[in-house]
Amino acid sequence: MRSTLRAIFILALICAVALLPMFTTGYYTGLVVKILIYALFALSLQLLVGCAGLVSLGHAAFFGIAAYYVTLLSPQSGPGNLFILLPCAVLAAMAYALVTGALSLRTKGIYFIMVTLAFAQMAYYVFHDTAVGGGTDGIYLYFRPELRIGDWVMLNLDDQYVFYLFTLGCMLLTWAFLAMLMRSRFGAAITGIRVNEPRMRSAGYSTFKYKLVAYVVAGGLAGVAGFLYAAKDGYVNPELLAWEQSGLVLLMVILGGSGRLWGAIIGAVVLTLLQEGFQSQALFGELAKNWHLTFGLAIIILVAILPQGLAGLPEQLRARRHAAKKAKPSPTTA
Amino acid sequence: MDPIIFLIQCLNAVQYGLLLFLVASGLTLIFGIMGIINLAHGSFYMIGAYMAFALQPLVAQYLGGGFVVTLIACVLLATILGYFLEWVFYSYLYTRDHLQQVLMTYGLILVFEELRSIIIDNDVHGVAAPAWLAGSVPLGDVMTYPVYRLFISLVCLLVAGLLYWVLSRTRLGMMIRAGASNREMIGSLGININRLYRIVFAIGVALAAFAGAIAAPVSSVYPGMGNAILIICFVVVVIGGIGSIKGAFLAAMLVGFVDTFGQIFFPAAAGVLVYVLMAAILLFKPEGLFKQG
Amino acid sequence: MTTLLSAKNITRRFGGLTAIDNVSLNLDRGTVHAVIGTNGAGKSTLVSVLAGELAPNEGSIFLNDQDITSWPQPRRARAGMGRSYQRTTIFPSLSVHENCRITAQARHQKFWSWASPAQHCALSNEAADRALALAGLDADGKRIAGLLSHGGKRQLEIAMSLATHPNVLLLDEPLAGMGPEETDRMLDLLQSLKSEHAILLVEHDMDAVFRIADVITVMVNGAVIAHGDPIAIRANPDVQTAYLGDEE
Repeated sequence: MRSTLRAIFILALICAVALLPMFTTGYYTGLVVKILIYALFALSLQLLVGCAGLVSLGHAAFFGIAAYYVTLLSPQSGPGNLFILLPCAVLAAMAYALVTGALSLRTKGIYFIMVTLAFAQMAYYVFHDTAVGGGTDGIYLYFRPELRIGDWVMLNLDDQYVFYLFTLGCMLLTWAFLAMLMRSRFGAAITGIRVNEPRMRSAGYSTFKYKLVAYVVAGGLAGVAGFLYAAKDGYVNPELLAWEQSGLVLLMVILGGSGRLWGAIIGAVVLTLLQEGFQSQALFGELAKNWHLTFGLAIIILVAILPQGLAGLPEQLRARRHAAKKAKPSPTTA
Repeated sequence: MDPIIFLIQCLNAVQYGLLLFLVASGLTLIFGIMGIINLAHGSFYMIGAYMAFALQPLVAQYLGGGFVVTLIACVLLATILGYFLEWVFYSYLYTRDHLQQVLMTYGLILVFEELRSIIIDNDVHGVAAPAWLAGSVPLGDVMTYPVYRLFISLVCLLVAGLLYWVLSRTRLGMMIRAGASNREMIGSLGININRLYRIVFAIGVALAAFAGAIAAPVSSVYPGMGNAILIICFVVVVIGGIGSIKGAFLAAMLVGFVDTFGQIFFPAAAGVLVYVLMAAILLFKPEGLFKQG
Repeated sequence: MTTLLSAKNITRRFGGLTAIDNVSLNLDRGTVHAVIGTNGAGKSTLVSVLAGELAPNEGSIFLNDQDITSWPQPRRARAGMGRSYQRTTIFPSLSVHENCRITAQARHQKFWSWASPAQHCALSNEAADRALALAGLDADGKRIAGLLSHGGKRQLEIAMSLATHPNVLLLDEPLAGMGPEETDRMLDLLQSLKSEHAILLVEHDMDAVFRIADVITVMVNGAVIAHGDPIAIRANPDVQTAYLGDEE
């Protein structure tokens, strides 16, 4: 019964989001698209952090590489073909994930965090210091890719509403894919590896291969998010690969809750809204200029009081109530 | 390569390496002793540099002092800041897992950046080297080398030596080294853990701030300098092995040389070489060169 | 007597310390081969080397007459080597049946079925059922593993190893922390497993060892000081002074 209620609730929510642009201005539509893209980005990192137990501080590299790739490959005279551009961008991200993952996964714990960070910096410097991507100025994507087979244009993403629905669809598909993945044999293996890797090795799993696959798939999904980001604003610059970006998406996953897939979505929503909110002069007046201060403090406080993230809040409260009950002496035993 | 130019680049590499060592040693000590990953460590370097910029005119005006007095003032203020920060913020991080530490210190970076923006500004500044160090030393017939850079290397070497002496010859050092290899033990030895941690943290902050202050005349003072050096220091700590001062020293010198000479031989790939170095080392030694305890 | 696992001249050093010094032993099908010794004798290290978690500095290991010395642990496991740990390594938040199914699945990893739901892997489910029945836990299939008693968890530990259809079992102190009833149950289990498997048993519980072992190897400071059947070991003066003597 509860699961049917939950399904209806989620369906209603999706419909509400899908219909939103008919009732609001372009600013809010753009904001929701941004949230959807970051939700996809955060979901890709959730696969690594929440499902495989691999904390990466360099995930923005795959996001940025795909964004740059689609921008560089897009023709300047007209819209490119999504059926070609999207796979290319995602494959580029996955290729980098394969090479850096094979090296990074040789390390564990804090070393892994630092190594992933460093590999993202490598990619950052390639775009920042060389002329490949126009350096610090970035480059422009002039026409959003369209879905085209031969001469038949299936979907023209230039229409804001169409692009909105397309992004929503991508995010939902990713969520569904990951849910299916975690129920599969691969998902069971990855969960076991996260909880107790030596045990899985002694059962006969080549755990390195499993982790590498998770790493590459996560990189590819981040690439989808990067592709959408480039298509959304038509502008990419090296800051997309900066470690601040990696930190931000990691924050989304942890604050949203790494215990559940949809924690990543919650995290993306909350953090993007926080960022917008702290920059709003209507809410903070003069302090809006120094929004990094309020945002930084909010991060510190939220991470401190929500160790299991927002998705884990019900459990956290339940555990607190349970502990309080235990502490109180019951009338029969006193 | 011309031998004089080679010598100059070696001196540059040593100077850069020593600065890196000062910042990285704080990072590795704090992680080795207290188990805290402090993403905001680079901010202390930035704070030191901006302090040097802001304090220089004040020291001249109110204390009649020059550059050295400014440096001392920076170190003193940084130590106090470190002591205070540990008490107010970092002491709450000991019981949290690494991930939470990473994210909370990430938030702290934002706070520091914005505070600096409010208290001072967001501009790039220069700090003038004192007159008595502003000259150049002749090398060979044609080239010269700035005295100030030699001063940096000398002072950093002295500080490194002082650090080594404290760690290996004093009681405090003994407690620190014991803590680096076995944190749980030192508590049961009757040593006041809280005070030890506070002191170690203050030392780490002071080292980073001092490096920023003394490097200011050479590398100028700009908003992103904290983040830039943080990443490199992470690489140094990873290569050297977390918790190992010796490892941090060797790794810092290695990174100094690779970066300096890399910029000459492969200018296009200069920013990337250090990471290639790290990747190469991790292929053979996934826990760094001198993994501690 | 078929020898399933054979270790020859194994030596393993950690820096200056020689943890295992020139140790050889055979595991035959149908026998329980106990390895006993004082703390720090190198028993757990030996199990790690045989399992593939540590590489020996010298010596070689043969499984079914194949040289597996350079094989990584997962490969040895897939070839029929099962291992249980001294510290319980079950998955506490999963059910008892799921615990076994996950380990069983290791033998049914197929590239083309990675996406099929884990619940529906028939072969894994069967292997899990069988393992639980052997271990006497079939009634507890749906219980959350973390809620089992200590003895139940140790049984599950064994069941998880059985789910991969091993023919060699390396058991590292399976009786650790067990009371007399639980110990009896575990020994009955080992007795029932004996005929199909070759079992290496590292244990401190001397009574249990003498009840179940067919062959005993005694290690002190990394080296083997005695080897033989229980009666001979009991009578061996070296063993008495070095080990059993201290117990009294």
